[in-house]
Amino acid sequence: MRVARATPPAFSNKVRGLSDRTIAWLFITPTIVLLLAINIFPLIWTIYLSFTNYASNRPNRPVLNVGIKWYQEILNSPEVWAAMQSTAHFVFWTILLQTFIGFGLAYLIDRKFKGHALWTTIILIPMMLSPAVVGNFWKFLYQPQIGLFNHVVAFFTGIDASSFEMLGSVRLAPWAIVIVDTWMWTPYVMLICLAGLRSIPAYIYEAAEVDRASKLRQFWSITLPMALPFIMLAVLFRGIENFKMFDMVMLLTGGGPGSTTELASITLKRQAFEAYRTGYSSAFAIILFVAVFGLANIYVRTLNKVKQR
Amino acid sequence: MSTSTAHSVVEPSRVAKRTAGFFVILYALISMAPLLWIFATAWKTPPDSISYPPKIVFSPSLEGYCNLFTTRTRQTTDYINALGPPQGTCDEVTRKREMVIAGKSNYVPRFINSLIIAFGSTFLAVTLGVFSAYAFSRFKIPLADDILFFILSTRMMPPIAVAIPIYLMYRQLGLSDTALGMILLYTAVNVSLSVWLLKGFIDEIPKEYEEAAMIDGYTRLHAFFKVVLPQASTGIAATAIFCLIFAWNEYAFAVLLTSGTAQTAPPFIPTIIGEGGMDWPAVGAGTTLFLIPILVFTVLLRKHLLRGITFGAVRK
Repeated sequence: MRVARATPPAFSNKVRGLSDRTIAWLFITPTIVLLLAINIFPLIWTIYLSFTNYASNRPNRPVLNVGIKWYQEILNSPEVWAAMQSTAHFVFWTILLQTFIGFGLAYLIDRKFKGHALWTTIILIPMMLSPAVVGNFWKFLYQPQIGLFNHVVAFFTGIDASSFEMLGSVRLAPWAIVIVDTWMWTPYVMLICLAGLRSIPAYIYEAAEVDRASKLRQFWSITLPMALPFIMLAVLFRGIENFKMFDMVMLLTGGGPGSTTELASITLKRQAFEAYRTGYSSAFAIILFVAVFGLANIYVRTLNKVKQR
Repeated sequence: MSTSTAHSVVEPSRVAKRTAGFFVILYALISMAPLLWIFATAWKTPPDSISYPPKIVFSPSLEGYCNLFTTRTRQTTDYINALGPPQGTCDEVTRKREMVIAGKSNYVPRFINSLIIAFGSTFLAVTLGVFSAYAFSRFKIPLADDILFFILSTRMMPPIAVAIPIYLMYRQLGLSDTALGMILLYTAVNVSLSVWLLKGFIDEIPKEYEEAAMIDGYTRLHAFFKVVLPQASTGIAATAIFCLIFAWNEYAFAVLLTSGTAQTAPPFIPTIIGEGGMDWPAVGAGTTLFLIPILVFTVLLRKHLLRGITFGAVRK
């Protein structure tokens, strides 16, 4: 152990090394510069492009200002509204299913049966996988003749395995993507709900037992309200992620059949990288940005609320 | 939690535990089935992989793995008979299909690209992140909450929307289809997670450690490197694994911004095709090899997963 020095720390800091203020800025600046270069500069560029007729496959054409033409066109486009409807269907059902199954699983795991830690880890695996690779192999599982999914359904319901096509049918395809997303992301909701359930102190239940509250009453009056901020957190995050869903659905259905599973991001990709309508797609991107930004704001507020627990 | 002893008021009954265990294990088994099916498909022959009804029992074959790593051309029986004895298992398997191995496939280069880009961007994101996180954790920074929200919000942006200007920008700068371009992009996406996660970990290290070191004559920088970094090593490792997983799994940017030399594995795997459609055993093999690192990391990370997916807010 060294002996403490006689010089006061404030003075010695000034003499040797940098001041805290300098260090603070030195430490933060590289991150901010990178984010400005890779995120904010492109964002500003997108805003600019959204008011022009620029097309990335014709870079030499003179760039004209078109005003808010693209924004008007997008808001009046039936294609965009169809994409929004598909997205809404996808977001609503995935969140509903994932919340119910995820919370249910968390509640069961919280009974702390023997080996629950191991099984929890196993359950978590799907959410760690690459969504693109998942979409790709579910395409195989959904094949009507050779795929596992149809045969499992056939085994339990008695329907002929080759009588329905999950990815080829206009009626079933929107549900096919909901099923895969639920398979993949229920563990996410489960994990956050589990944290919520574990944050409830045991003494509250003990007090409820002393007061002879029934188990059902305890669930409604203690468990659910106290886990609710956590459930909200999971719902919001899944909402944001699925609102901008691209990779898994792109590989599973590519937006088809027709455009039944064409979610907002897929429409955006088509417009930007297949039709090369850069101005139009920039405007669409800005609209999606604003929506996600609003949701993210609510998300962070919930996050801070949960953090205080 | 104490084990089931006297105060069993809040401890679930044995029946409740057994029932819960039954359903959780049932769910786990069902959710593992698709994955196990893909792993099994990798060991099937192409005809077995597309048999009707699907084969649960089959004799394992290396054909999937052989097809994953090679490109093949069809040849006449006479040509194949004129060749010498087959060299190795893959050669033998290929010749049975009246084909010869023409060369190596792109899987290995794509896999290596994934490794370079994932490790490169993770190193940068964690390095930038640990400095910023320390500053946010220890110093009074004006508008800290707003800057932190800004940092997080960059991760929330839809990738396709970001990709439009990045695509144009990279074309101008000559960064399209380069590993450097992808590393910078993934660093920018991951740095938000890295700052938020590491801030949580550093917040947990008592300030008194550095203060004590500084009283002992360390400068602030010295204290950061010699005291804080070693204390934060677990957190740094966990953060690095999260960044690695993101970069490893990413598809949207990769498919739009890379096409050849810098292409990573996720856009490549879906393009593996055989004669007359997808070569499912080869896809299964490619998928298996691609997912194994993730399975290992998931087990390593299991204690920190919750933090990772909530940006460090929920710590259990």
